[in-house]
Amino acid sequence: MSEIIKMELQCPMPQFDFDVITMGHGSGGLLTHRLLESGVFDLLKNDLLNQQHDGAVFELLGKTAFSTDSYVISPIIFPGGNIGELAVNGTVNDLAMCGAAAKYLSLGFIIEEGFTMQEFWTVLNGIKNAAENAGIKIVTGDTKVVEKGKGDKIFINTSGVGTVHPKAAIHHNRIEVGDKIIISGNLAQHGITIMSMRKGLEFETDMVSDTTNLNHIILQLLDRFGENIKFLRDPTRGGLASVLNEVAGLTKLGYRIEQKLLPIDEQVEGACEMLGLDPLYVANEGLFVAIVKNSIANEMLELMKQDSKTSNAAIIGEVTNDNSGKVILKSNIGGTRVVNYLTGEQLPRIC
Amino acid sequence: MKYLSEFRDPELVHEYVQEIHRITTKPWTLMEICGGQTHGLVKNGILEMLPKNITMVHGPGCPVCVTSISVIDEAIYLAELPNTILCSFGDMLRVPGSKKSLLEVKAEGADVRILYSPLEAVKLAQENPDKQVVFFAVGFETTAPANALSVVHASKLKLNNYSILASHVLVPPAMEAILSDEQNKIDAFLAAGHVCTIMGMEEYYPVAEKYKTPLVITGFEPVDLLQGILMAVKQLEKGEYKVENQYVRYVQREGNKMAMDTIYEVFEVSDRIWRGIGSIPNSGYEVKDAYKQFNARLKFNLHLPVAEENKECISGDIMKGLKKPKQCPNFGTKCKPEHPLGAPMVSSEGACAAYYHYSNNDSL
Repeated sequence: MSEIIKMELQCPMPQFDFDVITMGHGSGGLLTHRLLESGVFDLLKNDLLNQQHDGAVFELLGKTAFSTDSYVISPIIFPGGNIGELAVNGTVNDLAMCGAAAKYLSLGFIIEEGFTMQEFWTVLNGIKNAAENAGIKIVTGDTKVVEKGKGDKIFINTSGVGTVHPKAAIHHNRIEVGDKIIISGNLAQHGITIMSMRKGLEFETDMVSDTTNLNHIILQLLDRFGENIKFLRDPTRGGLASVLNEVAGLTKLGYRIEQKLLPIDEQVEGACEMLGLDPLYVANEGLFVAIVKNSIANEMLELMKQDSKTSNAAIIGEVTNDNSGKVILKSNIGGTRVVNYLTGEQLPRIC
Repeated sequence: MKYLSEFRDPELVHEYVQEIHRITTKPWTLMEICGGQTHGLVKNGILEMLPKNITMVHGPGCPVCVTSISVIDEAIYLAELPNTILCSFGDMLRVPGSKKSLLEVKAEGADVRILYSPLEAVKLAQENPDKQVVFFAVGFETTAPANALSVVHASKLKLNNYSILASHVLVPPAMEAILSDEQNKIDAFLAAGHVCTIMGMEEYYPVAEKYKTPLVITGFEPVDLLQGILMAVKQLEKGEYKVENQYVRYVQREGNKMAMDTIYEVFEVSDRIWRGIGSIPNSGYEVKDAYKQFNARLKFNLHLPVAEENKECISGDIMKGLKKPKQCPNFGTKCKPEHPLGAPMVSSEGACAAYYHYSNNDSL
């Protein structure tokens, strides 16, 4: 997927009055108007946004899912994407995890004074491309500017609505002993890519973030397997370990995974070793965990392997009767251990 | 991963486990010195694979755990000074001082940065000539060469805005303190592979001889750990007490001379207070007089009151191998990683944290 994003061309930047965002651009006055008119509306145009109303008016059919998320990443531009793509894909994926096809998104910017137009344009193009790839529309938005030092370049909030797939029956209380746990691709790619760019930690790799939309594949899987897909979650912050702990706590069942079954890129694994980080806790952006009925697990895995976004998918474990409320990992050498929630941030170790 | 996967080979692990079972006839208590080894044992589930009559107790080799509460207070004091950047290894940030942790003062607005290398801190000092940059130089002998090198670099660059808050600790004096404790139950040591990569093996011969205790320098991967345990048990069963080297792929008898020269250029041996254990003579490094302008204690005239440890924390008994983490009445109840009573529950190398995060077996 990352290759696809990289190949997409950025629209040429229009002539703005300023090289950087100023407080005036958030004033709601002429500068705000010009910024939106000459850039944002044009780039993201669609029938609903074009009405330039205070909000979007539309009709939705059937059961609807609604989700929101805020994006505060640093650096905002990274190998494989930028904060704009994350902001669209993140909310599209949250809706997909509810079994819904995202349709409309809102877009809120909080921009730090002094943010360059060039970077803003890159972010906007990320949003445009991600929206097109996911097949959704940005229908309403807001722009605020805060004083220099009161933000970190740009924060984005997106909220989205979408129609729930008629066959979807996703709820943790449907999980049973014997169900299989599937991960849709390689672990820890996004988090390690971002970390490789942070000041003081820079190391050279050709890793790219795994940010992508998951709505198309999820809808395809729901079409085929319906209620046999019992639980879906994207393991973003806190990684796979946090998702499994959450569901273990909710269901009071045991979740047993095997280290040797976990898909991970060798470079990412090497970086984790070097930095003393556990890939189970590192953030992912284009990944989902599915808990599915045992009888369809292999067939679902085969189907996933045919899609480029989920070609590294693997069955990593199962739901058990014992170890109620716990996540247990069978290590490569055959020992077992608990996988707990992470306390706070994962911090690099001393030696 | 080449050079790592070989040491995580399930079949080799199985063979070593069987061999340890085969040769063990008596109960033995072994202490692994290094927190990295403790985590290797617990995280891979090795403790459950060992014979019931082999007890592994977990040593003081966690730099974060043994850094005294007063030194953490010093770091916090420095971090809160205006125009000061305090740089630290990530692990230190969560450890509570007498009132708060570095993570808390960072949240309150202090400029605290997590770095991987002290040389990054020197670079930071060059880039910020109007600010004082202090590196919190903790660790065993392993991190001492790089920390010393940062001072040498800063001196060559004639930087007057770089200094280090040194709180280095040394393994052999700590081993002696543990062995000479009258309650000591330790039959053999797994010495820390990384420390010996720098310092070599020489200083361990007198310890093994004096206390008639086998000492095997051991690595950190499952096969390393099991091989180290096997070598130690073999000696015990035969009644021997030698210094042996399991970690031959890195450790040489004479150590890394260039690294040691760098240490001795900048540091001299001094007494040091170990958190939970108390003062151990000649167990630390302090910056030499020749480099005193890079010693943050002198530069900022640090004379803070000596802080008291939390009396409910039994970290001293744990690090001396007298108690196991789960024998602490506060383990997992009053003391958890999110509100620790002491450092071993916070550090990624701490024994209590290892048991809290990974252990599923209440009998261990």
